[in-house]
Parts: sequence; structure tokens; C-alpha cells
Amino acid sequence: MTFIYLVVFGFAATAVLGLITSWIDRKVTARVQYRVGPPFLQPFIDLVKLLGKETVIPSGASRGVFLSAPLLGLTGVIVVSTILWVNQFFAEGFAGDWIVIIYLLAIPSLSLIIAGFASGNPLASLGASREMKLVIAYELPFILALLVPVISANSIRISGILEAQTTGIFAGSISGILAIIVAILCVQAKLAFVPFDIPEAETEIVEGPLVEYSGPGLAIFKLMKNMLFFVLPFFLIILFFGGLRLDGINLLWTILEYVGIVAIITVIRNTNPRVRIDQAVRFFWGPMTLIAAVAVILALNGL
Amino acid sequence: MGKTIIPIGPYHPLQEEPEFFTLTVEGETVVDIDMRMGYNHRGIEKLSEGMVFENSTFVVERICGICSTSHPYAYTRAVEDVFPMEVSMRAKYIRTIIAEGERIHSHLLWLGLAGHFLGYNTVYMWAWKLREEILDVMEILSGNRNNYAMFKPGGVRRDIRAEDIPICLKKIDSIVPTLIMLKKAVLDDPVLHARLKGVGVLSYQDAIDFSALGPTSRASGVARDVRKDSPYGAYQEMDWNMIVTQNGDVFDKAVVRILETVESINITKYCLENLPDGEIDANIKDVPVGEGIGHIEAPRGETFHYVKSDGTNRPVRHKVRAPTFMNLPTYKATIVGQTISDATIILAAIDPCYCCTERVAVKDDRGRMLYNGQDLVRLSREKTEKMRQRMGGK
Repeated sequence: MTFIYLVVFGFAATAVLGLITSWIDRKVTARVQYRVGPPFLQPFIDLVKLLGKETVIPSGASRGVFLSAPLLGLTGVIVVSTILWVNQFFAEGFAGDWIVIIYLLAIPSLSLIIAGFASGNPLASLGASREMKLVIAYELPFILALLVPVISANSIRISGILEAQTTGIFAGSISGILAIIVAILCVQAKLAFVPFDIPEAETEIVEGPLVEYSGPGLAIFKLMKNMLFFVLPFFLIILFFGGLRLDGINLLWTILEYVGIVAIITVIRNTNPRVRIDQAVRFFWGPMTLIAAVAVILALNGL
Repeated sequence: MGKTIIPIGPYHPLQEEPEFFTLTVEGETVVDIDMRMGYNHRGIEKLSEGMVFENSTFVVERICGICSTSHPYAYTRAVEDVFPMEVSMRAKYIRTIIAEGERIHSHLLWLGLAGHFLGYNTVYMWAWKLREEILDVMEILSGNRNNYAMFKPGGVRRDIRAEDIPICLKKIDSIVPTLIMLKKAVLDDPVLHARLKGVGVLSYQDAIDFSALGPTSRASGVARDVRKDSPYGAYQEMDWNMIVTQNGDVFDKAVVRILETVESINITKYCLENLPDGEIDANIKDVPVGEGIGHIEAPRGETFHYVKSDGTNRPVRHKVRAPTFMNLPTYKATIVGQTISDATIILAAIDPCYCCTERVAVKDDRGRMLYNGQDLVRLSREKTEKMRQRMGGK
């Protein structure tokens, strides 16, 4: 049973939905920018094409770490999405799975840092050190914001949080709205999208940690990012909008909520320039942490 | 903290052209910058000296794809400077229209690229979409989207038809609302302010010391513009403002370029509406012995051409100095002390055109430079000495 959960839900469903999400993102971006945009299957074609390409290992790289870093990141995302799916449809959670998810969500960033330092390229290690600073910057407000549903539901289990929202979703309360604003901006940074694409910064450090990757390694990293692009909005929907509901009119609402979150992320990405790393750290530790803390206090008072 | 070398180039997404910058960094801070050229050298000056005066216009047009009219304009002015002659008013107006159209599309191109370098791809696409309309106008007027081939010593090669003018005016008018919107979106964006204000400041004194040109100097408060200081073409005929700002940072350079685009649109419209009648070509038969200089305000600053004639149908010496040659050294003042994230946008902020600036570099088979500046001076002296001996030791 565990195997089916992992392969079917954790990997296959998330991968397909993630690639579709990335298509939505690319298409919306293209329309905003007076372009036509890619056809629906383009993300899948890109992935398959990359998988068939040669893997080049740079001579200065440490071979084993360089090759295992993408797998590490992918594993992290698969486990997170499995826990989320299982909670959503089979209500088979365990005490403290919220903590485990937060912990595992740091693994993709960690794998990028490892990949950057293992590449033995100055641009890659620069990207890795930027990624490290960015992780330190956004984790605090991210965890504070995600604490709000836990406080409101009085449960640290995902299934408990879902159950508490059967009467009313947390996004309807003041603390929920504040928390979701912070969470979406942190998701932006977790996905390394503009304005927080500082670790990759194509025109500065040429994709940063990924600069030396080619072929399957690069494909797995891209897939990891696309899956994360599905998993993070999905996580937010579970925490703040009462999860996916597939019955009748609620299905439409679920799709709207999901596409809405993706669209907000895409619009932010297309209407901002990249900030500097020091500005990002100041932004997350200053206003974002403050708003998240206010949300936590409001939630503690039942608002 | 240890020093690391971060290479930018020879092939890097930041640059459209092959150039090699080595940034010496401590952590994220740039402590020194060096650059190497010579990847793009084509020997245009020498090529030009082997051509007849008319054909040289086409060669210099190909120095740069973006300021493709600046070089012919400066060159034709240099040839016309060899002997006293007057270009007809209609030709001057047509030249002004082409030169200003080029300024509009060049500044829009820069705006788009600057957005792209900041990760702001929406500005990139929007600016280039606007630029497309201007390229259409240029195609209607000259038959080409770029490399217009409109100039010849003594006038212009192709007349503007009266029935094309309303179409062009309509197309130019159509981009104005979007340009104003884009201008507001760029100039009022708080994130852009945070990112660009106070970054890469070129002080007034540095701008003077490095002899910076064009928008790079005007953003530092140096009110220098060939179109105002030594008027040519039809620029005296109408009122227009020289845009000068005081801060000298990247943001001000963007402001200068965007506002100049608006001014250029007004100049182009005025010229199209008030195009005088008359001949377009003075039909120069031959160029007498003499030398001439021509300088015009290209989108990036003053382009300077020197032509020497010995009475034959070819220039014996043709010297080109593109504005980027003067603007490149300002990196020493603007980049040192900034972070790598800022260094990339500062590198782009002078709107560099490396193929205009390209100089020869002599290397051995291991890629080491064989000659530095002092070697070249020594070689030049030896050559002069040899020539002197050959001419009888005078």
C-alpha cells in the first residue's frame, strides 16, 4: 500500500499536475508579455528530451554528491506530496505530520545548495551561498504563517486541520488572510521565482547551482521544481482552504482556489524585478515576520 | 576573506556580444574589474580605406546593428567637412527623422534589456513590442528594419513619399499611450527604486574625468549633447529639451533614456509634419584633398569620425571613435565597491556597444596578450623611425 501511495500519488500524480501547473505559469506569463506561449504538452516534451541527453560531469566536481543531489531533492518532494495526498483522501495521518512536512520542504533547497557546492564552479557556489541565505531568510516567517492554522485548529495533524475546516475555512478569518499573504510570498521564494530568484539569477550567475547540470540531472531538478510548484499551493489549500473537495460545485471552487494561488504567484513573478539578497533578507525578517507574528497573535485570540 | 574571480564572458547571458570581464570579488562585493576585448574585431577602418567614398557609408553602417545610422551620419558629415558644401534642408530633415527613429528604437531596446537583466521580463517584452512599431515605421521610410542605407555624402539616397507620412505618424502616435504607461510602470515602481537608486553612481566629477558621453554623462548632470552644443541636421528648427538628471545612478540613466525617447518621438513627428520641399542630394562628384571631422549624437553618446582625402576617390585615413569607447572606463568608478547583483546591471547601464568599440588584440597560441599599451607605443615609434629613414632621414 505504501508503495502505491508513493509511486501513484507521491510521484506520478504530483509530477503530472506539477507539469500542468508549469504550463499554466508559462502560458499566463506569455499572454502578459504579448507572446503566444507554449503548447500544452511542452513541459512534458522538455522533460523527456532532457532525460535523453548526455550527462556531463565537470572535472572539478565531486562525482557522487554531484549526481545524488537531484535525487535527494526529488525524494524530499515525493515524500511531502505523499503525506499530503494520503491525508487528503485517506485521512491516514500521524501525529506531528505538519512538522515533518515543514522539515521535508527544506530538502529541495538543501539539495540545490549541495548541488551548487559539488559542481566546483564559482558561479554555482555563489548561487548556493545565495540559496542558503534565502532559506535562512524565509523559513522564519513561513513557519510562523503556517502556525496560524495549527493554532486555529488546535491540532498539529494535517487531518485535524482539515477536520476543523469543515465548519469554516481559515482563509476567512483575519489571521488567516494575513498568514496567507506571508505564506504566498514565502512560496515565491521557495520556488525561486522573481523577485526572489536570486540564487538562480540567469543574467547574473547563469542559473546558479544548476549551471553545470545537463541531461537527466537537470531534468530531475526541473521536475522537482515543477512538482514543488504543485505541492506548495496544494499545502496552502489544505491549511487555509479546507483541502481539495471533489464533490459537485466544490470541485469548481477547489480548481478556482488552486488556479488563483498559481495566478497570484505568476503575476507577482511578472510584475517585479529581482531584488538583491540583502534586500530579500531584510524583507523577510522585517515586515514579513512582523505580519506573520501579528497573525499568530490574532489566531491565539481566536480571530 | 579570500578573493575570487567571477568571469563575465566571453559568452554570458548578460551580453549580446562576446566580451570578457573579470570581476575580482570578496564575498559578494566587487573589489576590482578588468576587461579584455578583441573577440569581435573586423578591421572596419582598414576596409573603409579600400573603398570609394560612397561605399564606405555601407561599411560603417555595419559597425553596429543598433546604431546603424549614427556611423554613416558621422561619416557623411566628415566627408562633407573636407570641402565647403551645404546639404539641402529636405535631406537634413530626412536624416534627422532616421537618426531620431534610431534613437527611439535603441533606447527601447536598452530599456527592454535592462528589464531582462533585472529579471523583469515583462518590461523586456513590452519595450520590444513598442520597438517593433518603430521598426515598421523605419521599414516604410527606408525599406529596411535596420541598416537603412539612407545616407550618402551630400544628401540622402531615398526620398520620403508624401503618402507614407500619415501612416508613419499614425503608427508613431499609436505607441505613445503604451510608452507613457510603461514609463509610469518603470519610474513609479517601488521595487525598481529599491533596486536601482543609489546603485552604480557616476559622480559629476567622475563623468568629467572619464569624459563620459551621451545619456551616461547626462544622468550625472553633465549637460552635453552634440545636438544642442554644435547643432546639425534639423535640430535647430524645433524646440526640444535636453534631458539632464543629477544623481548619476542606474535609475537616472534609465530616466534619461525613457524621457529622451519621448523627446525623440516629438522631434520625429515635427520633422515628418514639416518636411520641406527640395532636392535630396547634392551630387558630389569628387572629394578634394583635405581632412574632415564629423560628430553626431548617437543614442549612446557622441560618435566621431575622421576622414582624410588625398584627392583620389578613396579615403586615405578613416578613423572611428564610438561613444562606448569613452563610457567603458567609467566602470572603474561605478562598479568597484558594489555587489555582483548590482555589477551586472551597472555593466548594462551605459548601454555598451562592444562591436562599435572593438580594437585589435594580438595574442600568442596560448591566448596570452603579446602587446600592452607601452609595446604599441614602442612599435609605433619604430615604424615612424623606419618611414623617416625611407624618406631620406628628414
